[in-house]
Amino acid sequence: MESLSHAFKERSVHALKDETLQVALNRAKDGFAVKRAKAVEGLPEFDALRDRAVAIKNHTLENLDHYLERYADAVERNGGKVHWASSAEDARRIVVEICRAAGAKMITKGKSMVGEEVGVNGALEGAGFEVVETDLGEYIIQLAHEPPSHIIVPAVHKTRGQIADLFHENHQKYGLTRKLSEVPEMVNEARQVLRSKYLEADVGITGANFLIAESGTSVIVTNEGNGDLTCSLPRVHIVTAGIEKVVPTAEDATTLLRLLARSATGQDLTTYTTFSTGPKRADDTDGPEEYHVVLVDSGRSTMLADQFREMLRCIRCGACMNHCPVYGAIGGHAYGWVYPGPMGSVLTPLSVGLKEAGNLPNACTLNGHCAEVCPVRIPLPDLLRTLRHREYQLKLGLKPLRWGLAAWVWFTSHPRIYRLGTRVQARMLATLAGRKGRFTRMPLAGGWFKGGRDLPAPQGETFMAVWTRRRKERGQ
Amino acid sequence: MSATGSETTTDRPIEHPRVGLFVTCLADIYRPNVGLAAVALLEKVGCSVEVPQTQTCCGQPSYNNGDLAGAARTARNTIEAFEDFDYVVVPSGSCAGMLHDYPRLFESEPGWQQRARAMAGKTHELISFLTDVRGLDAVDASFARAVTYHDSCHGLRALGIKEQPRRLLASVGGLELRELNDSEICCGFGGTFCVKYPEISGRMVADKADAIAATGAKVVLGGDLGCLLNIAGRLGREGGGVSVYHVAEVLAGMADVPGLGDPPGSGGRSR
Ligand code: SF4
Repeated sequence: MESLSHAFKERSVHALKDETLQVALNRAKDGFAVKRAKAVEGLPEFDALRDRAVAIKNHTLENLDHYLERYADAVERNGGKVHWASSAEDARRIVVEICRAAGAKMITKGKSMVGEEVGVNGALEGAGFEVVETDLGEYIIQLAHEPPSHIIVPAVHKTRGQIADLFHENHQKYGLTRKLSEVPEMVNEARQVLRSKYLEADVGITGANFLIAESGTSVIVTNEGNGDLTCSLPRVHIVTAGIEKVVPTAEDATTLLRLLARSATGQDLTTYTTFSTGPKRADDTDGPEEYHVVLVDSGRSTMLADQFREMLRCIRCGACMNHCPVYGAIGGHAYGWVYPGPMGSVLTPLSVGLKEAGNLPNACTLNGHCAEVCPVRIPLPDLLRTLRHREYQLKLGLKPLRWGLAAWVWFTSHPRIYRLGTRVQARMLATLAGRKGRFTRMPLAGGWFKGGRDLPAPQGETFMAVWTRRRKERGQ
Repeated sequence: MSATGSETTTDRPIEHPRVGLFVTCLADIYRPNVGLAAVALLEKVGCSVEVPQTQTCCGQPSYNNGDLAGAARTARNTIEAFEDFDYVVVPSGSCAGMLHDYPRLFESEPGWQQRARAMAGKTHELISFLTDVRGLDAVDASFARAVTYHDSCHGLRALGIKEQPRRLLASVGGLELRELNDSEICCGFGGTFCVKYPEISGRMVADKADAIAATGAKVVLGGDLGCLLNIAGRLGREGGGVSVYHVAEVLAGMADVPGLGDPPGSGGRSR
């Protein structure tokens, strides 16, 4: 997907003013956080589970080449085919080729973030295939021609009214002409449309939450069961997955599954957990004839080798964005690329470059809520700070900020001058504020006031001045 | 982040420890009363308090904007000023957390890293120092108002400060604590974040002000001046007559001055 992250500032301000979006965000607010908190409370061993998950992920990442090979061997043993895509472009090309070779017309898709990342839909549509998203949220944003705004609830930014309009507009061609208003009715209508697509589809493309190295199995979790139908009904099943999705054993996958649902939606387990291991065997009653796995690197092995390795532990649960006050205020689209919120603010600059996405690591108060809830304990604020450091070294930040910082550092490492300067500043500000006790505006400090707030004035004397005077009075 | 807040360097409590007060640049300039309150509280728990004259800022502006070399320069100044004390006490969770992070600034300077680590080990945020290190569980102060309390993020998450201020506030005569909905949600200050992304920051602090209004309390307390300036700035703009104090001012019985941003000569009702 093409990045719009360079326009983060404008997009975030726009989002704050978008009343419909704010309605949707407010409705979603707290919901997931509250559910997660309840789920965690109900599982006393949650923290121990997190430690195990971290250990599993770290061990796998340390031996990633080994486990990827094991996984690939197992897939081939099962009669499937593994394709290695080093870039997004490779991944698109491979998927298109498989579909062409299969003589496909219609393709169904399960929700896949890596699919969004590499831009599978655009490539397939460009090559003349009909592509239908089967996850309800993905289906909605496909109709709206929008990218996802959240990694687990892609249409969280849409209100019920907007969805009703989209369905009304797009479902007429199926003879469904009544305008709906209730959620169950809309879900039913989407099901009705999608059902015929499942049966028509030649290829089904899904993502993977985990790839199990010992058996060559890919695992997906859904709440709608659409994943099952996408991977078992069409003739050809393609799994697209990032290389970091591999885990050694089924046991490891279950440990992570227990964390995933609780962290994401507060469920103990998602409604459907689907395991697919190769094409249909001789005595199977159903299943695809062909089974392909496209393993996507696209920057991941670079991450593995540098300071951002920990980011590869991410299991895409979305807890970090559900607890991020910045995400809560502006929603996911403002971030301008596939992955929003804290995890996206780390991943996006690493994928599309700091020059393009330099705002993202900065648009964070470092409040730490994301790291507190991350099931695999990714130190997101530290990683964001590391990106800021990289940005500083590359001199990409705003010049006035660099000058300001340099001046402050000089000032703070010259205590005598600092003492004098702060005394003058405190006195001056207090005098200027006068009887009001605060400022409603001030030259050169526009940013503060743009936030819709006044600036309290200092009391007048600095603490150091008061203290020195007192000590003199006490004769010390 | 880990809860290193209650770490002490000594097994046995020192009877009259020499405490270096790191007053923080914001308290020094904006709110000397917080420094005075900190001194009073520390003296009450048997500390002999000193205020090194060479202290300046903790270095967060540089650290959080990616200028690690600049942060290290500021940090060296702080280490030189404070490393000889039994404890370093800071009336801010955020700045105390920064001092705990100093060793990270000296990855390639083992000598300085050693000094940074030694100092970090004896650095505490004020309120948790009073309760966890000095065993204080009640203060002798009164403040007959309904108040609410905002948990500043760094103190809460990096240092585990949550229950300590509440424990001490419970002993303040006449004070009624009304818990704030979403008290653990960031107020939108975030250092330079608030001027780099003022619209987002403004929305966050407006939400915070709404939550404060919903408690009906006319006083907000907290342990970090950065957040408090932000919150007071928003409340002042809204003009709802809510005053903002650092929790130390109330605990020391020194909230008899106008709240942050209140007109001089107004307010202040504690004894
Ligand atoms: S960074 Fe952590 S919390 Fe965020 S999506 Fe990944 S695993 Fe979940």
